[in-house]
Amino acid sequence: MNSLVKYYLEIADSALILSHRLAENSSNGPFLEEDLACTNVALDLIGMAESIYNEAAKIQADGSTGDDLAYRRSEWEYYNNVLSEQPNTDFAHLMVRQFFLDTYHYYLLTELSKSKNSFLAAVATKSLKEVTYHLRRSSEWMIRFGNGTDESLKRATDAVNNLWRYTEELFKASEADLDLRDKGISADLELIKKEWDAKVNEVFYLSNLKRPENQFQLFGGKDGKHSEHFGYILSEMQYLTNKYPEAQW
Amino acid sequence: MNETLVNQDELLKEFEEKIENEIKIEPRDWMPEEYRQHLIRQISQHAHSEVIGMQPEGNWISRAPSLRAKKILLAKIQDEGGHGLYLYSAAETLGVSRDQFIQWLHEGKAKYASVFNYPALNWADIGAIGWLVDGAAITNQVSLQRTSYGPYSRAMVRICKEESFHQRQGYEIMWKMMEGTKEQQQMAQDALNRWWWPALMMFGPHDSDSPHTSNAMKWKIKRESNDRLREKFINKTIPQAELIGLKVPDPALVKIGEDQYQHGDIDWTEFWEVIKGNGPCNQQRLEHHIKAHNNGSWVRECANEYHIKSNK
Repeated sequence: MNSLVKYYLEIADSALILSHRLAENSSNGPFLEEDLACTNVALDLIGMAESIYNEAAKIQADGSTGDDLAYRRSEWEYYNNVLSEQPNTDFAHLMVRQFFLDTYHYYLLTELSKSKNSFLAAVATKSLKEVTYHLRRSSEWMIRFGNGTDESLKRATDAVNNLWRYTEELFKASEADLDLRDKGISADLELIKKEWDAKVNEVFYLSNLKRPENQFQLFGGKDGKHSEHFGYILSEMQYLTNKYPEAQW
Repeated sequence: MNETLVNQDELLKEFEEKIENEIKIEPRDWMPEEYRQHLIRQISQHAHSEVIGMQPEGNWISRAPSLRAKKILLAKIQDEGGHGLYLYSAAETLGVSRDQFIQWLHEGKAKYASVFNYPALNWADIGAIGWLVDGAAITNQVSLQRTSYGPYSRAMVRICKEESFHQRQGYEIMWKMMEGTKEQQQMAQDALNRWWWPALMMFGPHDSDSPHTSNAMKWKIKRESNDRLREKFINKTIPQAELIGLKVPDPALVKIGEDQYQHGDIDWTEFWEVIKGNGPCNQQRLEHHIKAHNNGSWVRECANEYHIKSNK
């Protein structure tokens, strides 16, 4: 696969799947304003994913569309990070997942806005405005969890402990990514890792949260190896396109 | 000293003069208790309807068949939640908190639109809800823009702008499906068959059987009668159905003039059963709302506690 298409899919798939999880929270928020905020972030992410899928389809030039890429691949052909597909166990899991990924997106998009690839630079610049707000919101929730009640601190701690194992994957470059790095197209993940660490340390400090003692890490999303949750996401998402492949919606 | 005592008759006269002269009643104005109670009931019911209405549509978010369809559906559901927020705020100006409204909903003391007690069973239901349910709602809400209570009227102006998009987006889904495969056409017709009558019931009982109508009309809370609004909706919607090849599921329907139709009998037994709680999804909708609210209690406590600590 063309390195650029593969790299685009890593970014777009992660945004699409995270957006899907956030959208599942509709009518499940702790209060109406938060319910709406989650679908709002979901909308921003699906918008970013759509632009990138359309561009990837254009590069492939095989007659497929952005929607085909989003809806008509097999499980092992999706390259999203495994963190984005983790379930909405409770609002703390949802928001810790969001905080880790907002921080990642913030620094990733900051770097990509300087990419030599003008499409990526433009998408990153546009999405960065939205992600800046996302990060502010999820950071504020982390601080509230950590300084709110005993229960909120415990739930946030559990979520950090459960999700930490999926964070290192964000910074492990795929071959496509490394190939594009030399051309000034993809973002330097080592640099982003340092910035991510600093931000997470700062917010954890303000939230009375600690990095887990168990530093075990899981990898695989960028190679198409996912958690068991992922098949269920796809079977819902692709239900209509699978059942009625000829239909236009 | 007697001069400072409030004369109820004078106040009522002033209030009625304002109503007569189309001057909006504002939260700090004197109003008859019955007027306040009517508004509390109506606006909170309207707010709950927007919020509960997010559930049947939310049922299809994870299965929306294209990125565009998913974006539109997410944005629509978000709009509905936003309408809920405007309306809770408008209702709060009458001296009752949102927490209290939600408690009444959970206790079964407050109602929401019965139409949301029907299930969304195939993708065309998303089209039918937008086209018919939002279409019926907007027919009612256009007239409510002129309602006599200021905060309600202003909320309705904003809401109407968004609802008219929803109605068009819903119709677009139906139209696309009717241009699509045989299965898509079947789904669209099936959705119309199931949503047509509940949409007509949204306007409420016939004027002769509507318990809240008379004072509401006198005080201009309600500007047009149930039957008149239902008639407007039918006359507007039937040509739209015919244009895309859908058949309205009413064998007794007759055309009585240019874009004027007379519908067959509405099943009022079903209507009252659903209001009483015996619709296909009454229990599910309310239980879902209660469960989400209860699951979120630790989050609200955390936010309140943090707010208190931060302001010390």
